[in-house]
Amino acid sequence: MTLRVFVPADTTAAALGADAVAAAVVQAAARRGIDLELVRNGSRGAYWLEPLLEVEDEAGRRGFGPVEPEDVGPLMDVGFPPRGEHPLALGDVEALPWLADQTRVTFTRAGVGDPLSLEDYRAQGGFKGLERALALTPQQIVDEIKASGLRGRGGAAFPTGIKWQTVLDTEADQKYICCNADEGDSGTFADRLLMEADPFQLIEGMAIAGRAVGATRGFIYLRSEYPRARDVLEVALVLARTAGILGDDVLGSGAAFDIDLRLGANAYICGEETSMLDSLEGKRGLVRFKPPLPAIEGLFGHPTVVNNVLSLAAASSILAQGGEAYAAHGTGRSRGTLTAQLGGNIRHGGLVEVPYGETLRRVVEDFGGGTRSGRDLRAVQVGGPLGTYLPEALLETPLDYEAMAEAGGMLGHGGIVVFDDSVDMSAMARFAMEFCSIESCGKCTPCRVGSVRGVEIIDRIRAGDRREHHLELLDELCDTMVDGSLCAMGGLTPAPVRSALNHFPEDFQR
Amino acid sequence: MDERQQAVVSAALEAHAGRAGPLIEILHAVQDGLGCVPAETVPPIAEALNLSRAEVQGVIDFYHDFRSTPGGRQIIQVCRAEACQAMGVQRLEAHIRQRLGIGYHETTEDGRYSLEPVYCLGNCACAPSLRVDDAVFARVTPERFDELIDQAFLP
Repeated sequence: MTLRVFVPADTTAAALGADAVAAAVVQAAARRGIDLELVRNGSRGAYWLEPLLEVEDEAGRRGFGPVEPEDVGPLMDVGFPPRGEHPLALGDVEALPWLADQTRVTFTRAGVGDPLSLEDYRAQGGFKGLERALALTPQQIVDEIKASGLRGRGGAAFPTGIKWQTVLDTEADQKYICCNADEGDSGTFADRLLMEADPFQLIEGMAIAGRAVGATRGFIYLRSEYPRARDVLEVALVLARTAGILGDDVLGSGAAFDIDLRLGANAYICGEETSMLDSLEGKRGLVRFKPPLPAIEGLFGHPTVVNNVLSLAAASSILAQGGEAYAAHGTGRSRGTLTAQLGGNIRHGGLVEVPYGETLRRVVEDFGGGTRSGRDLRAVQVGGPLGTYLPEALLETPLDYEAMAEAGGMLGHGGIVVFDDSVDMSAMARFAMEFCSIESCGKCTPCRVGSVRGVEIIDRIRAGDRREHHLELLDELCDTMVDGSLCAMGGLTPAPVRSALNHFPEDFQR
Repeated sequence: MDERQQAVVSAALEAHAGRAGPLIEILHAVQDGLGCVPAETVPPIAEALNLSRAEVQGVIDFYHDFRSTPGGRQIIQVCRAEACQAMGVQRLEAHIRQRLGIGYHETTEDGRYSLEPVYCLGNCACAPSLRVDDAVFARVTPERFDELIDQAFLP
């Protein structure tokens, strides 16, 4: 068997030098006259081990990491030894507790093979969901999604099955499936990882959604900050069309479905679904009033399913394995798996897929290994820039939608950003307001003006200017933004601000 | 419009003709070709799409990606979002300002670099992050920044 060498082409792996490692593999092999096949796989999400080089030969598949280009030649010379025989040798990567202890449902294929190989995708169970969906009625597909308990993974956690039902029940000559791939939350990268590592799963999920609601056209709205994901998706769409997975006759079913990839232009607000629809129509990304719901009047006024990348990807495994199998994971009303993304000041950062209900501590400490700096952990922001800051004392909070809400927070898209004890929480509160002032679409006053006033008031508090008065004013301003904003941008910006005030009041009294 | 502008705009309009809601795609294509979306290109784009000039200008102004005047030959985007702050991007920002002698939304006098903030590059597990052209760089310390700039940000 030819030696196969895997070096991820993922954005973070490349940012850590994976492209140079791949070049070193080719060079070192040529110099030694070794015949090998280089595979640019996606990442498994163990970013703390990237660049993670894996080899596969008669002795099986084994990993090495993090690898520098100058490690490659010497590793080749000693025949890529098993675990224990070289400081970089990890042995079977899937057996590492960091990966083995996860419950991978959506990310089973990530990092295993070539993301653009239809053969690899099929060999790992790909298109089983779509094949099954094509044999079901639209209502049966929607029922399967309902049975899975899947809730929107973008952050709002709306039941996906109910959304699909609404679109299915709305009569129209044209309906759309829009994939929200504008993953703007700080601390999140799961959509990107999935699109770069397993793009066909997203395409499959969108085709299933199209079949379920009677839509023949789909759009992927991808943020422009993700150039590698764009490159992968562009090729994946062409391959899917050539293979008859997209087009006028999806897998020989006679039904049509095709996908258009659209690039955003750097605006956080376009992750809000109605703003995204305006942006897809080529306009400024202004938030729309609801109702009408996008499910009834969405893109170009037609009934539209707007789902996050992970929700659509999950649809493919739900259809393949059945809604009940998916719902068997999780707790309470949070069914299935949570894709936690560990970032910031974290030793073992990366993507951790676990059933809903694991505690924050388990994810941050057992998987994350604590802070990268080695200092004490002080705060964790869960759910992106509109998520709350939780202190160390609340790490026992279970990661499910309801428990997080009870703790005053939200899971959002699953981003978990860790801060050590050097953080100044009044500065983070100020940043929340500043970010809102930069990224507000400007349609409603509480968000557009409130965020600017918020920065000013926090500056005064930090400067010690009539502190009690300004703290009270900030509280009132937060009420106004929560009650009066049109969407979650203005409505949730007070969440990080207030949690910083509640849990870290001493940082506002310096 | 000069000849080059005309060619880029015509090609962009032609490439996206018939697509639904194509304005943002067209603006990306124009900016890829010309380095910005110059004021002269707005009227022909508006006319071709049956929009007002104000509607086109509004879109250019709304999105951070689009610029009306050319930037530096390389655009350095520094991620200022929370995960990068948790890893001390503030220290990196101060270093870059000093090293390049410019702040955000500015271009060095020799036209080599522009500096722009960005809010999340999806590289949050290995912060702080930079993007230059299509390359993202991880765990960028001030020292690492100096190495990168000395090698012209080649990945």
